[in-house]
Amino acid sequence: MTLGKVQLLNKDIIMERHIELPITSEVASSLNAGDYLYLSGEMYVARDAAHKRIYELIEKGEPLPIDLKDSCIYYMGPSPAREGQVIGSAGPTTASRMDKYAPTFLDKGQKCMIGKGKRSKEVRDAIIRNHAVYLASVGGAGALLSKCIVESEVIAYEDLGAEAIRKIKVKDFPAIVVCDDKGGNLYDL
Amino acid sequence: MRIINTSEVTQIVSKMCIDANYYLSEDMKETFNKSMDREESELGKKIFSQLEENLQIAGEDKIPICQDTGMAVIFVEIGQEVSLQGANITDAINEGVRKGYTEGYLRKSVVSDPIERVNTKDNTPAVIHYDIVPGDKVKITVAPKGFGSENMSRVFMLKPADGIEGVKEAILTAVKDAGPNACPPMVVGVGIGGTFEKSALMAKKALTRNLNDRPDIEWVRSLEDEMLDEINSLGIGPGGLGGKLTALAVNINTYATHIAGLPVAVNICCHVNRHVTEII
Ligand code: SF4
Repeated sequence: MTLGKVQLLNKDIIMERHIELPITSEVASSLNAGDYLYLSGEMYVARDAAHKRIYELIEKGEPLPIDLKDSCIYYMGPSPAREGQVIGSAGPTTASRMDKYAPTFLDKGQKCMIGKGKRSKEVRDAIIRNHAVYLASVGGAGALLSKCIVESEVIAYEDLGAEAIRKIKVKDFPAIVVCDDKGGNLYDL
Repeated sequence: MRIINTSEVTQIVSKMCIDANYYLSEDMKETFNKSMDREESELGKKIFSQLEENLQIAGEDKIPICQDTGMAVIFVEIGQEVSLQGANITDAINEGVRKGYTEGYLRKSVVSDPIERVNTKDNTPAVIHYDIVPGDKVKITVAPKGFGSENMSRVFMLKPADGIEGVKEAILTAVKDAGPNACPPMVVGVGIGGTFEKSALMAKKALTRNLNDRPDIEWVRSLEDEMLDEINSLGIGPGGLGGKLTALAVNINTYATHIAGLPVAVNICCHVNRHVTEII
């Protein structure tokens, strides 16, 4: 066990902050690995297949279905909503599968990623260079997290089903800063 | 000969797919609660309480515990005195999966081809393992498996000389590599012995074992205890965010093996370790 982890184990005070989206570079730079955030505002939802399509559009220089500037993308594919529910179960998916695409997205203006699990060196470097941030929400808490989503709309790639791109509005959505723009990485601490 | 119509299998499988995704089994919940009390990190405690609340919301508001409602893994033990009539048993099981995932508002996460990747839109086909056993019953276990943790699973073909120390190292390596990706606190299923595929199957089956049941072989029991302690001193913690409780349980199955080999499979599962068993 490394020293950092021991410190975290003994840490009694968790730094909690309420953050309004969008997260700009200034906001991202004020965040530190380990901060516990409650997010409110709009974000996109996209995972593997949607990232692949957008990445191919960027490579071809074609227009994108979403505006990446100061955007926040939640890596998630919900279960179907029941009548009267905004969305079904809605927890994070493993972020490393988006590692191939994320640096390009960040260079194009995306500022915040939400998922779970480790990120590659390339992604962490792109976070530092672009003053962005990677957050984790709790994997396997999809029912709880769905309660923080107040609006949800499919805005592109409906043919992808659970993998379609959505725009969602969240209220006090809990997420923890994992990688900050100072090179801090909570999983390494 | 006892006659069982496979339409009954369809109905039961459908219900089991739904139940497994909305309610955790009693043994899992008990272990979860016990482990929660032992967590020391503040962040870890916070994650545990989120997970506890999540389980409650899932059951009450009918929202799946996790959005990854898995690929349906199904173990079927067919008594040799049973005659199955009606539709082909595999079709009947897949029909149950189709029905359960559609009517139960569960996510369809299966693609028909690993490279072409077109979603089958009904979560079929399931991965089905059949066993012929004595008796006149049919025992079905449905274990939907999420891939965040499945992707972190491993098979190690060790040498006999690696012995139990090699086995321990293999288990710890798999758990460390899985880290936050597998949604800890995890349940670790291990298969030791057999062949390449037998070890993997044992590891998968180990995940479906009732957590109150212990193995008969003494060294296996102590290895389970030792590994759980070791894993829970790695510091990965709930959500991988640092803490004491990285695993809720380590379940190990063993089998005879070849003079030249020591296969070890480690099937990682998250805290949403879903399994339901019914007997017809
Ligand atoms: S690993 Fe388990 S808890 Fe995590 S997203 Fe997958 S199914 Fe859900």
